[in-house]
Amino acid sequence: MAAASTRYILICSGKGGVGKTTLTANLGIALAKQGARTAVLDADFGLRNLDLLLGLENRIVYTAQEVLSESCRLEQALVKHKQEPNLALLPAGNPRMLEWLTPDDMQKIAAMLGEHFDYVLIDAPAGIEGGFKNAMAAAREAIVVTTPEVSAVRDADRVIGLLNSEGVKPIQLVLNRVRPKMMANQEMLAVSDVTDILALPLLGLVLEDEQVIVSTNRGEPLTLNGNGSPAAHAYTNVARRLQGEDVPLIDPSKERQGLRAKIGRLMQTKIF
Amino acid sequence: MTLRDVINKLLGRQPASANTAKERLQLVLAHDRSDLNPELLQQMRREILEVVSRYVEIDIEEGDVTLETEDRVTALVANLPIRRAKLPAPSPEASLETKVGS
Repeated sequence: MAAASTRYILICSGKGGVGKTTLTANLGIALAKQGARTAVLDADFGLRNLDLLLGLENRIVYTAQEVLSESCRLEQALVKHKQEPNLALLPAGNPRMLEWLTPDDMQKIAAMLGEHFDYVLIDAPAGIEGGFKNAMAAAREAIVVTTPEVSAVRDADRVIGLLNSEGVKPIQLVLNRVRPKMMANQEMLAVSDVTDILALPLLGLVLEDEQVIVSTNRGEPLTLNGNGSPAAHAYTNVARRLQGEDVPLIDPSKERQGLRAKIGRLMQTKIF
Repeated sequence: MTLRDVINKLLGRQPASANTAKERLQLVLAHDRSDLNPELLQQMRREILEVVSRYVEIDIEEGDVTLETEDRVTALVANLPIRRAKLPAPSPEASLETKVGS
């Protein structure tokens, strides 16, 4: 089936803990809900977690490792999501795979997935070493996730440099864990600061949201049940923009209402 | 400068940190992207000043050679105030000839 139109998207950040895997899980569910056949590939062989965030950890029989060694068929290794059958996970194999896995192997897996899916989302490991380079080999385009913190932005910049040199494009940015109040107080890098520095188009803006932790506790991504939390909304919108829909981005300064927010905005105006 | 900055200044508070973060990031990224370590940059700066000062008298105190970055393009920017142009110095050969002649 239509391999030519399949989109192979790397989800990466450089720094760990900024929300790569959470974005992969939520985006996977959101795309599947919108009718796209979506595969999520856990390319973090050392520290896999995508299965856990999707609530599929107990249903893994085979992994990418058995597919590559041809001891099982791709269909046997894919774990279909119960509530969202358009979504399937290809689990990461044993961490020892890192010793022999090559960029060619990753390309092979991605091509196999491309025969059955519209989207192949590749959850990259943190770092910029071998594991990341393997994951990058499987992708044509990329989403860089970062938070408005100096270390995360710096690491994102390194990753963007590598993606550019490998010709991966387009590269789009998702800014995660935005705190409107801190931004209003100018105690957090502004959205425009981050997009200016990294020179990437903004694909999504996700506000800090406690519901994300609740959802990972349960293994049910926020986009699954549409509970109306700000992050669920943001992830769904990222999926819609990926599909080509024109969805306006939220303005963090407008997220806060009332007199305090008004004073905050007044304090931000440039006077000279 | 924003109203908040003015109030912070009047109250003797530290300025808001977002701007500090942006400036520090821009500096560190210029170095990351060019892959130049600070010592190498310092050496290049000295050599550039040396070359330029052969031709013009420059204000070393005011002069500055830095890395700047915009839209993922990093540029080496030299800002060297010129005091005055130097008169062409006699070339080594010319002075040698004079010596031989005398």
